[in-house]
Amino acid sequence: MAAAVVALGWFVISNTAANLEARHIASGFAFLEREAGFEIGESFFLRYSAADSYGRALVVGLGNTLAVAAIGIVLATVLGGAIGLARLARNALLRALAAAYVEFLRNVPLLVQLFFWYALITEALPGPRQALSPLPGVFLTNRGIFFPMPGSVPQLAGFNFVGGTALSPEFAALLIGLVIYTAAFIAEIVRAGILAIERGQLDAAYALGLSRWQVTRLVVLPQALRVIVPPLTSQYLNLTKNSSLAVAIGYPDLVSIANTTINQTGQAIEGVAVIMAVYLSVSLSISACMNWYNARVALK
Amino acid sequence: MSRVLTIVLALVVAVALAPFVQWAFIDAVWRPDAAACRAAHGACWGFIAEKHRFILFGTYPYDQHWRAALATVLLLALWTVSALRAFWRPWLAFVWAGGLALIGVLLWGGILGLPYVENERWGGLILTLLLSTLGLAIAFPLSILLALGRRSTLPMIRALCIAYIELVRGVPLISLLFMASVMLPLFLPGGMTIDKLARAQIALVLFAAAYLAEVIRGGLQAIARGQYDAAAAIGLGYWGAMRAVILPQALRIAVPLLVNTFVGFFKDTSLVLIIGLFDLLSTIKVALTEPAWNGYGVEAYLFAALVYFIFCFSMSRYSRRFEHRAPETLTLREPA
Repeated sequence: MAAAVVALGWFVISNTAANLEARHIASGFAFLEREAGFEIGESFFLRYSAADSYGRALVVGLGNTLAVAAIGIVLATVLGGAIGLARLARNALLRALAAAYVEFLRNVPLLVQLFFWYALITEALPGPRQALSPLPGVFLTNRGIFFPMPGSVPQLAGFNFVGGTALSPEFAALLIGLVIYTAAFIAEIVRAGILAIERGQLDAAYALGLSRWQVTRLVVLPQALRVIVPPLTSQYLNLTKNSSLAVAIGYPDLVSIANTTINQTGQAIEGVAVIMAVYLSVSLSISACMNWYNARVALK
Repeated sequence: MSRVLTIVLALVVAVALAPFVQWAFIDAVWRPDAAACRAAHGACWGFIAEKHRFILFGTYPYDQHWRAALATVLLLALWTVSALRAFWRPWLAFVWAGGLALIGVLLWGGILGLPYVENERWGGLILTLLLSTLGLAIAFPLSILLALGRRSTLPMIRALCIAYIELVRGVPLISLLFMASVMLPLFLPGGMTIDKLARAQIALVLFAAAYLAEVIRGGLQAIARGQYDAAAAIGLGYWGAMRAVILPQALRIAVPLLVNTFVGFFKDTSLVLIIGLFDLLSTIKVALTEPAWNGYGVEAYLFAALVYFIFCFSMSRYSRRFEHRAPETLTLREPA
């Protein structure tokens, strides 16, 4: 068994070495120092220009991945929690709406949903001059979504808005898609967590004279969280991994930039290795945080 | 209070739905007429009507579309038959083997007077269905071995299986597809090539096997210790006990979660678009690039959503039939 694994490994490595030599590709990570020469549409944390290195471009991509994943996790938790509670509401119409949301969005591939939101933003929204303004200072256009920030309000200048904060159509479509898709799964987890609480627990809590709010805070939540946290962790991991679909709609996340790097340098093995190493570390970090949290809420 | 909420909610739904109904039905253009679509305010379903052959069959030769259509119907029939409990018999495996061989003959041709069609030209719905079917068919036995390996007492095998499962589950599918499309050719001896479709299929199999293995492991963990002891007591060895006692029960317990994993995998096959395969979503996206039909992405992707929804929703509904059955009635029945 061990010998078979070693033999397979040697076979793959020797073939790869021969193929790389035939194609004149030097293996190793030296290319990270070289000038990237491509522009990146948006960067959340770092300044970047085409004269910077591939290494910096990849770090910019990682920053963009982490930004969309972090914002997405927060929003998906809020939306998913609300829909999960709505599925248990006393009002039949509210329950039915929440069920329809979950059933429809869980059963359509995320990639289709991302393309849909991207098409909706770029095709159906008007240009900046006819921008929709659902709230004062917020503008929806086919060039992106503009929000006011303290001390700075988006204003039409020439052909586009300046000031405030702008979400590019790519970022907006990715964020909306990830949040709406993941929320459907989180809603089911929240619902299952609450349904797992025994009826007798509630009866006992009310018999002790606790108020509705006290029952929720002291009896329902601590028990429900114990059921909810482990599957919720996998949803957070899924959202982070799914953010790699950014490459399909042109948001410059880590995978998209690594893909460009592979195409330009031919360093396929190193590029894929970078992607895998980064996602594995992110996955393990999220798991570690959630395990720590899980240990805190678990039965002692 | 509840009645007020119902009225408010009904109003909100009506206000949100009215413009959609106006757009999608009342003002919509249904006939394949690009000029009428440009003039109208509503949805352009004419785009789907015009492009339906390309969306369903991709670049498969136009006059041979009946072959791809027949293959699609055959594959769907195989799935439908397999969903019925009465057909869960050993001979079902032979029906599948025969069915898949027939589908291969239909799609490739080259015999019986059918012109040969290389698999670079396969596309549309049949490609999506084939990638998911073959992916699951190959991944399933592999995942059983992985699940057993992860619970093995041999440290070397256990470590390898754990490492494989955790590695694959820790990275996005797209990185496996990239690996298959750019790295796999480097791993092979010089002169040996494998086509894009096969490379994507390999990546999908490796991906599905890791996820299915975890579901099956869950089923294995639910089997009581006494079952193992009883199997050993009647003189069955490891493989005999697994085949006759443990796996039939574990797989039955795992059915609902397995079907859920199938649904997820079916949705995930849409990612092959990113490495340039012509699956259903990809043909829709390519159909949109024709200048006369540019700018109907919202309609096109709503249509894609509807097609995927029909498949996934029926599978989800199906798996729910098993969840309502108490687990005891599943485990106490004699394995078929």
